[in-house]
Amino acid sequence: MELVHSSIPLYAVFASLFAIPLILLSSRHPDLREMWTMLAALTKFVLVISLLPDALAGRILTTDLVDISPGVSLSLAADPLGVFFALIASGLWILTSLYSIGYMRGLREKKQTRYFASFALCLSATIGIAFSANLLTFLVFYEILTIATYPLVIHKGSLAALQAGRKYLVYTLSAGVILIIALAWTHQIAGSLDFKAGGLLDGFGLQAGTAVFLFVLFLAGVGVKSAIMPLHSWLPAAMIAPTPVSALLHAVAVVKSGVFGVMRVVGFVFGPVLMREHGLDFLLAAAAAITILLGSLLAFRQDNLKRLLAYSTIGHLSYVVLGAALLSSAGMTGGLMHIAAHATMKITLFFCAGAIYVHLRKENISELDGIGKTMPWTMGAFTVTALGLAGIPPVNGFVSKWFLGLGAIEADHLWALAVLLVSGLLNAGYFAPIIYRAYFRTPGKNSGTSEAPAMMVAPLVITALLSAALGILPNAGVHFHDLATLIASTVLGSGR
Amino acid sequence: MERHLPVLIPLTLLTTAVVIPLAGGMSKRLAHPLAMVGTFLSLVFAIWGLARVLLEGPMRYHLGGWIPPIGIELVLDHLSSMMTVIILGVALPVLIHARKSIEAEHPEQVVPFFGICLLLLLGLTGIVLTGDLFNLYVFLEISSLAGYALVAVGDRQAPVAAFRYLILGTAGATFYLLGVGLVFMMTGSLNMADLVGLLPHVQDSPPVIVGFVLMVIGIGLKMALFPLHVWLPDAYTHASSAGSSLLAPLGTKVAAYVLIRLALFVFSREYAREELIVLDVIVWLAFGGIIAGSILAVAQTEMKRMLAYSSVAQIGYIALGIGLGSTLGLIGAMLHIMNHAVMKGALFLVAGNLRLKIGHSDLDRFDYSIQQQMPWSTAGFSVAALSMVGIPPLAGFFSKWYLVLASVEQNAWSAVAVIALGSLISAVYFFRVLERVYLRPPLAMGTATVSQTASNEAPLSMLIPVIALSVGLIVLGLLNAVIIDAAIAPLIPARWEKVP
Repeated sequence: MELVHSSIPLYAVFASLFAIPLILLSSRHPDLREMWTMLAALTKFVLVISLLPDALAGRILTTDLVDISPGVSLSLAADPLGVFFALIASGLWILTSLYSIGYMRGLREKKQTRYFASFALCLSATIGIAFSANLLTFLVFYEILTIATYPLVIHKGSLAALQAGRKYLVYTLSAGVILIIALAWTHQIAGSLDFKAGGLLDGFGLQAGTAVFLFVLFLAGVGVKSAIMPLHSWLPAAMIAPTPVSALLHAVAVVKSGVFGVMRVVGFVFGPVLMREHGLDFLLAAAAAITILLGSLLAFRQDNLKRLLAYSTIGHLSYVVLGAALLSSAGMTGGLMHIAAHATMKITLFFCAGAIYVHLRKENISELDGIGKTMPWTMGAFTVTALGLAGIPPVNGFVSKWFLGLGAIEADHLWALAVLLVSGLLNAGYFAPIIYRAYFRTPGKNSGTSEAPAMMVAPLVITALLSAALGILPNAGVHFHDLATLIASTVLGSGR
Repeated sequence: MERHLPVLIPLTLLTTAVVIPLAGGMSKRLAHPLAMVGTFLSLVFAIWGLARVLLEGPMRYHLGGWIPPIGIELVLDHLSSMMTVIILGVALPVLIHARKSIEAEHPEQVVPFFGICLLLLLGLTGIVLTGDLFNLYVFLEISSLAGYALVAVGDRQAPVAAFRYLILGTAGATFYLLGVGLVFMMTGSLNMADLVGLLPHVQDSPPVIVGFVLMVIGIGLKMALFPLHVWLPDAYTHASSAGSSLLAPLGTKVAAYVLIRLALFVFSREYAREELIVLDVIVWLAFGGIIAGSILAVAQTEMKRMLAYSSVAQIGYIALGIGLGSTLGLIGAMLHIMNHAVMKGALFLVAGNLRLKIGHSDLDRFDYSIQQQMPWSTAGFSVAALSMVGIPPLAGFFSKWYLVLASVEQNAWSAVAVIALGSLISAVYFFRVLERVYLRPPLAMGTATVSQTASNEAPLSMLIPVIALSVGLIVLGLLNAVIIDAAIAPLIPARWEKVP
C-alpha cells in the first residue's frame, strides 16, 4: 500500500461541517436551508467518489493534521475499508436528505433547522470515522457522532423521547468511556494507535488474559453502536426519533459505524493471528450468532413497524460481525458486502414506514390491512427489500449472505452456516405477515390509490431499485465487491 | 525591562489594587477600567515572560538585589510562567464580564470589589512566582484574605460562608506555616532552589517529615482536597456571581500548583512516594473527591452549588495526576489545571448571565425558554459542559486521556475505574441541565409564557467572555500536544520517564 498526501479526505469530512453555519443562518428560509443540505450532500458524495480509483489501485490518500497527543496525530486516511463505508454513508445521505424534506414538511415538524444542522454534523462525524487513520482520531469522531445524534433522537421533545434520549446517552457515553480505557491500554502495550492491516497489537506477545480482557473492552466500546446483545436495547428505544433519522442513522450511519468499528478492531487492531491465538474469533462469533437469532426472534413480537425494523437491524448488524469473526476471505467479503446490502435494504424499509406514517398516520402492523393497494409504490419497494433481507435472490441481501455462507464453510464453522439459514427463515417469518396483510386483506375505509409526497416516494423507489441492481450486478458502479475482496485480502493476507 | 519581568507582573497588579480605591473615591466609574488596564498589562507581561522562558529558559530575579538564600527570589520558569498566563488569561475575561454583573448585584460595592479582585490576583501570581517558602506563605495569605472578602460580598448567607472559609483557610495557612518553620529549623534556608540541595541530608529527620506532612495538609485545605473541601460549596454558592467566577477557576488551582512544586520538585517524588506514602494518600483522597464530589453534584438543585461540588471532583482529577507522580500524570494534572480553569470560568460566567437576566439559577425552574431567550449563553454552557464530561476534541477530554494513560502505565486499574465513573456521573448532572434548558416545556406559571420566548440575551460584555472561553476549549483541546511539547515537557525532571 502506497501512502499519498492529499487533502481530499479532509474536505470530505468538512463538506457537511461547513454547511452547518449556513443552515443555521438561513433558518428563516426553508428552501435556501435545504439547498445547503443538498449541496453539502452532493459535494460530499463527489469527493468520496473521487477517492475510489486510488483506493482500488492500492494508494491510500492521507491527511495529517495537528498532533492531539504526543506521537498520535489527528489524521485521516482513505483506505479501501474507509472508502467503502464512506461511499455508503454519503451516497445514502443524498436520498435521505431528499426524503427528510418531504417528511419534515409533510408532518410540519418544529425545529427543522436544528434537525438539518445535527444531521449534517452526524455525517461529518461518520465520514470522519470512516477515514480515521488511528484509534484516537476514531474515538474523537465516534464521540462527536454520539453527541450529534442526541438532538435527533429527542427531536419530538416528549417525555418518551427524553427517556429514550437518556437511555441512548447512558449506553453510548459508557461505551465511549470504556473505549478510552481500551485505547490507553493499547497505547501502553503497542506505543502506537495507528490502524494497521493485520493488527497493530500483533507481535507484542500479549498474554491470553490481557488479550481477552482488552478485546472485551473494545467490544463493549464498539458493540453498543453495533447493537450486539446485550448492548442493544437503546436501538429499539431510539425509534422514537423521526423516521429519516431512523433510516439513515439507525440503519446506516450510527449502527454501521459500530460494525465498522468491529471490522477495524478485528482486522486492524488485533488482527487474524491474535484473534485465532486467543480464541477471540469464537467469542465474537458466538456473540454475533446469539444476537442474530435473538434479534430475529424478538422481531416477531413487535406490532410497531419501526420497532420491528429495529430488531431486524439488530440481527442483521451481527451478520457483519459474524463475517468479521469468521476470519475467512469469503466471510469478511460477505460481512462487508452486507454493510452495503443491509444499508440499501433497511433504509428502504424505514423510508416505507415513514411514508406510511406521513400519509396515513399509521405505525402499527395491525393497521396495515390492504395497504398494498392504497400505496402500491411504497409497498412494492417494501416487499422487494423485505424479501432481500430474507436472502431471496436477486436482491443484494442474497449476495452478501451467499458470501457469508461460503465464508462459514471456508472457516469450517458449519454451525455459522446453520445460524444464517435459520435467520433467513426467521426473517421471512416476520416479514411475511406484513406482506400478507398488505396484499391479501381488504382495506378499511381508506381505499383508493394515493401515495405519499413524491419527495418521499422517489427516494424509496430508488433505494429499492439500487438493492435489486446490486443484487444482480454486485460490482456495478462503485465496485463494492472489488473493494470488499481487496480489504479482506489486505487484512487476512498479511497475517503470518 | 525584560530583566524585570518576574517582578513586573505582581507589581502592576499591586499598583492597580492601590490606585483603584483612591481613584474610586473620586468616581465609581473609574474602578472597572483601571482593573481592566492593570489585568491586561500584567497579562501582557505574563505572556512576554512565557515567551522568554520558552525561547531562552528560566529567569531568576533577586528582589532588591539581595542574593538568595538571604534575599527573596522570584522565579519565572516553565511551570510558573505557564501558571501566570493561565491565571491572568482566565481573569481578564472574568473581569470584563464582572462589571455589569456586580453593578446589578451589589451596586454599592463596585469599587472595593475590583480592588479586592486585583489583590487576589496579586496573591495568586505571587504564590506562583516566588521561589521562597515563607514568601509563598505571605502571598497565600494575601490571596486568602482577598478571597474571604470576595466571598463576603454576596447574598445574605455569604458572611457565614466567608467566616467558615476564613476559619478553615486560616487553619490551613497555619499548618503550612508550621511546616515551613520546622523545615527552616532543620535546614536554615527558605529558598526552594537551595532546599533542593539541602533536604536530602535531613529529610529523614522527624521535624522535616512532620513539616512536610503539615505543609501538605495545609495546602490540601486551600486546594479543597477531599475531605478538606467543606468550606468550598458554601463559599462558591453564596458569593456574588462575579466573585465566584473569579475564585472558582483560579483559587484552588494555585494551591494545586503549590502541591506540585513542593511535593514533586522541592522535595522529590521518591521521597513523597516511597518514604512517606504521601502520594498514595493523595491518590486515595483524589478517589474520594472524584466520587463524592460527583455524586453530591448530582444531588444539587442550584446551578452554582452543583458547579461547586463538581469543582471538588475536578480537584480530585488534578490531585490524582499529582499523586501518580509520573510524567504522564503530571501532564494530565497540568492540563487539567488549565482546562478546568477555562471550563469552570465559562460555566460560572453563564450562571452569572442567568442570574442577571432570568433572576435565578435554580435547576428546578429551568425550561426551554432559557435557550430561546439566551441562545448564545446556552451554547457556551453546552460547550463547557461537554468539555467537562470529556467529549473529544474539547480540552476536558485530553486531560482525562493523559490521566487514564498515566493510570494504565502504573497498572492503577482502580484509578482507571474511578476516572471512568467520575466522567459518567458528570455526564448525568450536566446532561440533566442541558436537557432542561433545551427541551423541558415551560412550567405552567399561569401568566407570561408567550413573552418569555422573546430574546433576552445577556449584554455583549457578558457574552463575549463566555464565547471566548468556550472557543478556547476547542483550541486548547486541538493544540494540547503543542502545549505539552512547548511548556509542560521542559518542566519534567530529567530523571523521570521521558515524555512520550
